[in-house]
Amino acid sequence: MKDISIVLCGEAGQGIQTVENILVSILKLSGYFVFSAREFMSRIRGGSNSTEIRVSDSPVNSFVEKIDVLIPLDSKAFDHVRWRIGKDTIIIGEKEFIGGKSKKTFEVPFIELAKEAGNKLYANTVTVGVLSGMLDVDFDRVKYFIRGYFKKKDRKIIEDNIEAAKKGYEIGKDMVEAKGIDFDLKKDEKAKEHLLLNGTELVSLGAIAGGCNFISSYPMSPSTGVLTFLSQQQEEFGIVAEQAESEICAINMSLGAFYAGARAMVTTSGGGFALMVEGLSLAGMLETPIVIHLAQRPGPATGLPTRSEQGDLLFALFAGHGEFPRVIFAPGKAEDIFNLSRKAFDLADKVQVPAIIMTDQYLLDSSFLVSSIDISKLKNKKYFVKTGKDYKRYKVTKDGVSPRGIPGYGEGLVVVDSDEHDEEGHITEDLDFRTEIVDKRLRKMDLIKKEIEPTELVGNKNYKTLVIGWGSTYYGIKEALDRMDNKNMAFLHYKQVYPLHPDTRKHIEKADKTIVVENNATGQFAKLIKMETGIQVDGSILKYNGLPFGVEEIVGKLKAILKKEDK
Amino acid sequence: MDAKTYDMGKIDIAWCPGCGNFSILKILKDALSELDIAPSELVMVCGIGQGAKAPHYFKANVFNGLHGRSLPPATAIKAVNQSLVVIAEGGDGDMYGEGGNHFLHAIRRNPDITHIVHNNMIYGLTKGQASPTSLEGFKTPVQPGGVILEPFNPLAVAISLGASFVSRAYSDDFEETKEIIKKAIKHKGYALVDLLHPCVTYNKLNDRKWFKENTYYLDDNYDPTDRNEAFKKAMEDEKLPLGVFYINKEKKPFEEQLPAYKKNKKPLYEREVDFEKMKVLIESKKS
Repeated sequence: MKDISIVLCGEAGQGIQTVENILVSILKLSGYFVFSAREFMSRIRGGSNSTEIRVSDSPVNSFVEKIDVLIPLDSKAFDHVRWRIGKDTIIIGEKEFIGGKSKKTFEVPFIELAKEAGNKLYANTVTVGVLSGMLDVDFDRVKYFIRGYFKKKDRKIIEDNIEAAKKGYEIGKDMVEAKGIDFDLKKDEKAKEHLLLNGTELVSLGAIAGGCNFISSYPMSPSTGVLTFLSQQQEEFGIVAEQAESEICAINMSLGAFYAGARAMVTTSGGGFALMVEGLSLAGMLETPIVIHLAQRPGPATGLPTRSEQGDLLFALFAGHGEFPRVIFAPGKAEDIFNLSRKAFDLADKVQVPAIIMTDQYLLDSSFLVSSIDISKLKNKKYFVKTGKDYKRYKVTKDGVSPRGIPGYGEGLVVVDSDEHDEEGHITEDLDFRTEIVDKRLRKMDLIKKEIEPTELVGNKNYKTLVIGWGSTYYGIKEALDRMDNKNMAFLHYKQVYPLHPDTRKHIEKADKTIVVENNATGQFAKLIKMETGIQVDGSILKYNGLPFGVEEIVGKLKAILKKEDK
Repeated sequence: MDAKTYDMGKIDIAWCPGCGNFSILKILKDALSELDIAPSELVMVCGIGQGAKAPHYFKANVFNGLHGRSLPPATAIKAVNQSLVVIAEGGDGDMYGEGGNHFLHAIRRNPDITHIVHNNMIYGLTKGQASPTSLEGFKTPVQPGGVILEPFNPLAVAISLGASFVSRAYSDDFEETKEIIKKAIKHKGYALVDLLHPCVTYNKLNDRKWFKENTYYLDDNYDPTDRNEAFKKAMEDEKLPLGVFYINKEKKPFEEQLPAYKKNKKPLYEREVDFEKMKVLIESKKS
């Protein structure tokens, strides 16, 4: 496999995302496998932000630290990513931004070239041109894409942008032909057929496929994209999307919606979820289904609003007063983000429990190539029943699930109550029945366990060292192990973190050593394993500075642990 | 429809003897029966408090949620199925205290729901502390020197926000209150009924005698479409006016403006995912 990592770095408002959006599409359509990830500050203008675009001849899906090509767009950029610049990093940019001179540094007057094309604002398009030229993209494709991307703009603006791209393109070509820069990346027709989707889109599409037709939420990074996506599909897919006055309102609205027959969700981050906790407990008591997308960012409190962390696992698990069943998914693979977002609606509805989908900033803002999403066999089952005259919302059943009626469908009355209630749903203090209905609610856990998602074991089945991860670290750990190519190692990934898969003990006992890699400071998944199995894992690799793991970092830390062992 | 349709039969009602809530319960049943609303098409949404227990005492679909949180689910229920009649019911602590923010935003959204607030100017369920509408100087175990805050004026707030229907009633005035509630339910859009009633156990200041002496009805010539006049009436605190203060005919109901109903009028539960459309959306991510 050959791959290069291109990093654009500059201030918020300079259009890095525009370059990323155009470039990843053009490169994919040219037959390259691409992946992109963003890190940015919590500000609308200024600061230092960067985007990484990985381009490869085979699928790549994770963040790497190394930079093969750096485009610094302001004077702070070089320092911002200095720790990732190596002796082979090619740096292309304005004279004053490219740092110390070396033979891999190329001065390109982006702004001057943009001005020549008509406006200094076209500097981003020049950048797209340079990189397209370097990567042997057919210029007609660049032209065609720019026409489409700017189609709502003036004809003159479109033509000027194409001119700007052309100027950059020639420089890029020249680097390859005259200056001997050659990445030697092979193109693959298969890449063109892939879907280009980011985590936010995958969560949102999964929700639509799962029948989501109601979302109420309060904007909060990094969860807002799902609200935005579904809001824009309201008319097309018959979705009611409402921006609530608070997260408290949001979850109470969604519970009302599910009660009345919609499939409802909320999307939020840790702080918002904290406000929803009483509502989560209400969902447990009412047995009204709800889907919660919990997009993690570093806390406590406001924390680092635009950064990434896996710090809310135990919070999600224990949130809510009282005892009630729940299910928590944590997808890491692109396809799983879609599949589990869809499944969350089915399972929540079927078992009448809260289903939580945990993601994070890194996963949501990363763009993946997905070979296909097959929806041809999907069908959503409606689990609610038409009520009869003597309908009882909380009829005690063997499996704990009481047939769920909705108001206005059938002759019966649907009474749900946050107080402890009798079978009809009316308030009661019959303490014998209290025990009976608590048991009924908790019995649903068995149904959840029946539908548990399998774990994924990557590598040699006869491993000596087992590396465990959950959620967004999937691709990073997998690539790290691929690179290490150590026959004694395997990687076990959890896309459902609660209930914990019953094979956990078996997997860990088979290993001489088990190491959990997670993006938090206290090893929360390792604690969950201890709680559920009694086993204390041997080691943890933790990161909590707000950034995701780079592949090299995982390799380095795993090697260090293994080396220590050898001594 | 016979008012008996709503009777639950023999049930244990948790209110104190003589509580104003009993008459509110009877008035509500009569109003609903005169409007011919079947229990199965009615959803009562309530929170926590003595007033919020009312939906447990008559036949209806009930969503008894959290303290202060009845307006968000009520709004959503109506948005999901417009054929339902939705009433949010609770007390002054529930609706104006704990749920104050939802009160403001429900008015702004203007869902077609009726909002009945049992306002007895005291916390009954928690045994006699001040409520947001308790009068200044009112002594309680938690406010031993008397309440020092100015009482919350729900009508003035509602009118200032341009609420589409704003009224005040008194529980002992059976016929008048029934007519106000009927108007509120029939009104298309958010309708507030601030329903004064005595708490015979904890509020010895605002008793039946006090309400009789300190309330009067807006006269027949009163024009409820005049917002300034409505606001003036809402600000009166010597004697509290009763009746329909304000009707804002400009406001469109929330659910009628939702894009989900533009091409399809069906309630959400009757719909299926359009997978064909989804395929097109997914395919668009290839380029």
